[in-house]
Amino acid sequence: MCLAVPGKVVEIEERDGTRMATVDFGGVVKEVCLEYVPDLAVGEYAIVHVGFALQRLDEESARQTLALFEELGLLQEEFGDPWEAAAAEAGTVPGPAVKDEAQEAQR
Amino acid sequence: MKYIDEFQDPELARRLLDDIHATATRPWALMEVCGGQTHTIIRHGIDQLLPDNVELIHGPGCPVCVTPLEVIDKALEIAARPDVIFCSFGDMLRVPGTGRDLFRVRSEGGDVRVVYSPLDALKIARQNPDREVVFFGIGFETTAPPNAMTVYQARRHRIPNFSLLVSHVRVPPAIEAIMTSPSCRVQAFLAAGHVCSVMGMDEYPALAERFRVPIVVTGFEPLDLLEGIRRTVRQLERGEHTVDNAYPRAVRAGGNPAARAMLDDVFEVTDRAWRGIGTIPDSGWRLSARYRDFDAEHRFSVENIATREPAACRSGEVLQGLIKPHECEAFGTTCTPRTPLGATMVSSEGACAAYYLYRRLGVTPTKLEASPVA
Repeated sequence: MCLAVPGKVVEIEERDGTRMATVDFGGVVKEVCLEYVPDLAVGEYAIVHVGFALQRLDEESARQTLALFEELGLLQEEFGDPWEAAAAEAGTVPGPAVKDEAQEAQR
Repeated sequence: MKYIDEFQDPELARRLLDDIHATATRPWALMEVCGGQTHTIIRHGIDQLLPDNVELIHGPGCPVCVTPLEVIDKALEIAARPDVIFCSFGDMLRVPGTGRDLFRVRSEGGDVRVVYSPLDALKIARQNPDREVVFFGIGFETTAPPNAMTVYQARRHRIPNFSLLVSHVRVPPAIEAIMTSPSCRVQAFLAAGHVCSVMGMDEYPALAERFRVPIVVTGFEPLDLLEGIRRTVRQLERGEHTVDNAYPRAVRAGGNPAARAMLDDVFEVTDRAWRGIGTIPDSGWRLSARYRDFDAEHRFSVENIATREPAACRSGEVLQGLIKPHECEAFGTTCTPRTPLGATMVSSEGACAAYYLYRRLGVTPTKLEASPVA
């Protein structure tokens, strides 16, 4: 019941003095009250709960969050310890002897 | 769906998990407040992907589950009246009251209707001026603004046959109650993102400071949960306890000022009983004096109903994070979604229902563990 989902504003109209919108949730279309986010525009996304837009979904912020996740992994791959990564994939712990041998071999 | 699918990406989930595994060096217990978050966690097995030393304790943030039995009984009594059309969200239908539920009331002739939005109930009131239309207004800070707007509209458009049976609850007093409980093990909170979409984050710094717990505002998709956990563990490892926003695409610091102003107008803070937990001071809202005429409890004189919970149901302990659902003897045996003893087994956000739906083949009820197999 507390679920709120993002939907895209398709159309806006005033009805009985109340600001209402048609909102598309990936194919499912609902009537949504915009009184709490009155400046929402057609094409924007909102967090919708029981027929009410509660907050604008900030698309720029969503992109930044995803970019941060991407970067997180890349930094790990770039600067992380490849032995630990390989050991984690193999499900074991890298021993120091193995590490030393490998480093000597590189020299 | 846009802004849902991207936040379920398995490759990014692995990166977040790697970071959590690399960060967590000591045992930590985090509580996710909201039942919607509990369902994401159990459905995607997030708790099982975390390091062994990071435990998730499921919180009381399921509005259906914490609605007190006496309010359910009041709803049942009002719904059974021949002059009433009783409107509710669908997940209240099977919540057990004393002896029956709304589903049963309907089968016995009560006019019980499921609506998607409280505004739908107001529309029904307009279409049926000779009937009393009552909407069951439960929920947290997320659902309170829609219900407040509906009562506001009823007053503005003078729709006298509409009323609200109110049992709204607030998150911050529940956090305080959990932290002051002697059996509390919680060291940090994942705060409910959509509650903060409305209320903002002003109420949390004082709690974080007083109890020295990190509070991280967290969303509802798998990546949101992992990011909330990642930031929380990072704070715990550093010995920090600040309020952080891991769900900025839907949460602004000040919340939604228009919704907060409407809440202040329509409701006033009151003590509220939580099902299975007991009364928590200042933890609820009731209609303010201006809107008292729209209070269904008052209109139908059901203020004096008192009740007792069934003894076998341990949902109170589940809601406080003291036990996991499968540690209750009744779980999956005498208590199932088909024959629920408590609301936590009914709601789509209840922890017991989540474990039953996604986990019952993987866990063994305590009762079966205790008795040797012949």
